[in-house]
Amino acid sequence: MKAGKFWAWVVFILGAAYFFIPLIATVEFSLRMRRGVYSFDAYKVVLGDSQFQATFIFSVVVAIFTILLGVLIVVPTAYWIRLRLPQLRPVVEFITLLPLVIPAIVIVFGYIRMYGSNSPLPFLGSNLGANALLVIGYAALALPYMYRAVDTGLRTIDVRTLTEAAQILGAGWGTIITRVILPNVLIAVLSGAFLTFAIVIGEFTMASLLNRPAFGPYLQNLVANRAYEPAALSIIAFAITWGCMSLIQILSRFAPRSANRPN
Amino acid sequence: MAEPFLSIQHVRKSFGATTVVEDFNLDVAPGEFVSFLGPSGCGKTTVLRMVAGFEEPSAGKIVVGGKDITKLKPNQRNVGMVFQAYALFPNLTVGQNIAFGLKVAGMPKPDADRRVAEMLDMIKLPQMADRYPYQLSGGQQQRIALARAIAPKPKLLLLDEPLSALDAKVRVSLREEIRSIQKKLGITTIFVTHDQEEALSISDRIAVMYGGKAEQVGTPFEIYNRPATKFVANFVGTLNVLEGKVTDAASGKVQVNAQEVSLKGKLNGSKSGDTLSLALRPEAISLGRQPGHDTSLSGEIAEVHFLGSVIRVRVGIGGNTVSLDTFNNSATPPPAVGDKADISFSSGDMLVLH
Repeated sequence: MKAGKFWAWVVFILGAAYFFIPLIATVEFSLRMRRGVYSFDAYKVVLGDSQFQATFIFSVVVAIFTILLGVLIVVPTAYWIRLRLPQLRPVVEFITLLPLVIPAIVIVFGYIRMYGSNSPLPFLGSNLGANALLVIGYAALALPYMYRAVDTGLRTIDVRTLTEAAQILGAGWGTIITRVILPNVLIAVLSGAFLTFAIVIGEFTMASLLNRPAFGPYLQNLVANRAYEPAALSIIAFAITWGCMSLIQILSRFAPRSANRPN
Repeated sequence: MAEPFLSIQHVRKSFGATTVVEDFNLDVAPGEFVSFLGPSGCGKTTVLRMVAGFEEPSAGKIVVGGKDITKLKPNQRNVGMVFQAYALFPNLTVGQNIAFGLKVAGMPKPDADRRVAEMLDMIKLPQMADRYPYQLSGGQQQRIALARAIAPKPKLLLLDEPLSALDAKVRVSLREEIRSIQKKLGITTIFVTHDQEEALSISDRIAVMYGGKAEQVGTPFEIYNRPATKFVANFVGTLNVLEGKVTDAASGKVQVNAQEVSLKGKLNGSKSGDTLSLALRPEAISLGRQPGHDTSLSGEIAEVHFLGSVIRVRVGIGGNTVSLDTFNNSATPPPAVGDKADISFSSGDMLVLH
């Protein structure tokens, strides 16, 4: 074996160990709930907990609405910036990066002050309003990831020429975005959607301070009070993440093909 | 000309302080094929984009079929366009691409399917309906783009350098195909190109553009044989330019390297002592004194390039060099560099460039 190949294997094994050892340890620990034998008791407890189901479903629904809102805001914005206002790109990129530098707690305190039940826009006066505010907040948190993913997708197609080709064939803006632009950046939108999903599922600060029955606060509560269940929950969350990634891979097979991505 | 179908009237386009098109005027007859020919940055694509509606003129108006379309949006103009980069929608199959404009116009699906099949037959790609653009060659993609542009039966067809991205062989066959389809459908067409051979070979008329203006508009024959300006003469075809000095303006006598040339009737406005640029196409010049040629000049063979059927010879005449082609003749060896040689031509073929 050549020296280069040997070291490549060493690096690979070290990397794999760094990734898998904590995972294996967590799996092993999550199976030790019953004294002396391995069992799935911790998983049974977690999955059988009605709180788990309710909070998880709540967070999934919030994630779906967040993704829809994100797509509605980001796709037309990124498209328009690329097509007509390229000089504004640095400004928009700066704005989309703000949620990375402004902590979620600052944003949520701002929301509470702005949209309290006594404010002109009393989002927090009802459950529906608070849920809507949570979705809006999450869409802001996910903005850096969604914008970058969509902008990268738009970079792979000739936005201007495709737009003009559609326009000259009689298409209006709605048709152009839904039938030409969106299908051609679907993979990018999906990866943005996946990142958004991952952020929303585990998010604690906003959900907790807006007092929403989300998965993040449930997770925190469980970690603080139980031993084996949090490990089982981590593995379940991990499986969900991998499931999402597999789903994106499957969906991408149905996505439009292009000269840039022929297979 | 009959009533023009497309009329571009005093159109100007400025981007900030830069004017890219200046007072452009052109009338195009119904069914006519007009090419905009010129170097990069001459404004030809900008004029085309104004006709398409992608740019709004700073001044002037554009009339199609008697209707002022200057302020109309591109999707309201009923104009077809083929782009240099094909611009097929990568997410749609060939059939869906061609049907795009029909679907947008609300044509029922059976009618649209029929029209797509008709278009695919017309471009001789009937089996391609289910393929994706990435599965096609450049030439095939551009034919699909042409079919897509024509499918909704536009009033006007705009072709923006559609052959530039293709290799030479495909370019020639596709340009002939475009012309034959255009003739068959009788659709008024504007073709933008920087390739003079393309423009000369397929156009009814050519507008040669330079610096945002139409330098000359005429048939390919007129453009080539009677260029109106020095730019047109230089840009279209190969041209030999000789510097001459007017010795007797009244009788049309000009001296080229101390040898006299008679240009009676061509020196309008020149005075004795003026320096002139005289132009000759290579095909108008013969090596040696030939019958029918009334003018000759003596020089020295400067370069000889044997190209097979043709021998390209460059003859130095004082400070001027004249290029000409002669047919290869197996019985006669090509001239040698340094040989003394005469060239002859008809003074009627000599152009005076202003």
